[in-house]
Amino acid sequence: MPEIIWTIIEASIKALAVVGGIQLMAALNVYLERKISAFAQNRIGPNRVGPFGTLQPFADVFKLFLKEDIVPKNADKFFHSLAPVLSLSIAIAVWAVIPFSSYVDIGDRRIYMGIAPDINVGLLFILAMTSVGVYGITLAGWSSNNKYSLLGGLRSSAQMISYELSMGLSLIGIVLITGSLSLNDIVNHQLAWDGWRWNIFLQPVGFVIFLITAFAETNRAPFDLPEAEPELVGGFNTEYSGMKFGMFFLAEYANMTTSSVLIVLFYLGGWALPVPAETLGLKDGSIALAAAHFLVFFIKVLMLLFFFIWVRWSIPRFRYDQLMNLGWKILLPISLLNVLLTALGVLYLK
Amino acid sequence: MIETYVPLIVMLVVGFGVGFLFMLLSEWLGARRTTDGKQTTYESGMIPRGTARDRFSIKFYMVAMSFIVFDIEVVFMYPWAVQLGTLGMTAFWTMFVFVLILFVGYFYEYKKGGFEWD
Repeated sequence: MPEIIWTIIEASIKALAVVGGIQLMAALNVYLERKISAFAQNRIGPNRVGPFGTLQPFADVFKLFLKEDIVPKNADKFFHSLAPVLSLSIAIAVWAVIPFSSYVDIGDRRIYMGIAPDINVGLLFILAMTSVGVYGITLAGWSSNNKYSLLGGLRSSAQMISYELSMGLSLIGIVLITGSLSLNDIVNHQLAWDGWRWNIFLQPVGFVIFLITAFAETNRAPFDLPEAEPELVGGFNTEYSGMKFGMFFLAEYANMTTSSVLIVLFYLGGWALPVPAETLGLKDGSIALAAAHFLVFFIKVLMLLFFFIWVRWSIPRFRYDQLMNLGWKILLPISLLNVLLTALGVLYLK
Repeated sequence: MIETYVPLIVMLVVGFGVGFLFMLLSEWLGARRTTDGKQTTYESGMIPRGTARDRFSIKFYMVAMSFIVFDIEVVFMYPWAVQLGTLGMTAFWTMFVFVLILFVGYFYEYKKGGFEWD
């Protein structure tokens, strides 16, 4: 069989596994969010479905599937249905270039843990997909033909494109240091030298900017203006019901996972083990080493997810003019300067 | 060369497959008890007035324009950033001038109030 068929088979199997993983992570996020917010507010949180309420998110999704799918009479039917599809599909498609562990050698075939983490356009693909993600929300707001939806959609898209600039610029610092757009290269560059090569130490300013923009891109508190309940009901998803609403919901939590994963990969050393692999007696390319890498990576991601939720229940929402000021007047010039300084540093220290 | 990008296409197909599957499932499995009241536009329980296809603040348009201007600059920076190690100081000064011109435009828009939000 030609090589291309194998590539397609391998990619399809990985893709299905990753899709399942994303749904599970979204479910986990919902559960964590509800439990942690309950503890933050001195409540118990979901505790009826399954042990400690762990099956609650699955029950919610099944319920949403069975709920009536209401499409308003005045809505643009086609785009009203397309918008959630676009949101969810793009949130899934980003994972084409994201690795979650090193690699496994089976025979003479090296299998990377990720669909195409070695691809030379990785970072650009992620940025392109985040840009397309804006369309889902804008379309949802416009096609509903509802004033709240329209305002929510507009706010959300304006916010996302404003912060996308700083996000793209902060990532240039990492590209400068690594000299590659492939996510595998970015992580491998941080693996050497145990800890102190993590990009968070080389790019502290870039890290803070990326963290802030990650919150804004995922529309999470303190930047959750698109769905500021007291003023806009539900924002862009006011007119959605049933699983179409559920798709926005899933996409939002999938994006939260993606952001945490990206922060770990770009700044926190990815799957770097705390001790060299040799001292653990794990062979390069073995399944055990890949599993250990995945475990370290997953723990870091969970800590970041907790941080996302923690911030939501600690910090009040921004006002819209404050949001725009922060994005355009503070983050944009700082990230531009950061790019120039990083470039100088890379040239002089190499 | 094109084979390298096949996994991306596979993932896009799978992603959109899942998206459309979910949409179709929600339309097939969902209850159907439609009434006129359900299908009206939601406006906090009031009878909807007018349409949402109305004019909205010019500010959103300004933000979108500024975004396009600056985003194109960012796109220019990516190939530069990848190759800076091999290109050396010349490339740095070229980009320095580029960013300088960008900053002139930025301060012009700043002073003109393009980033003000009232």
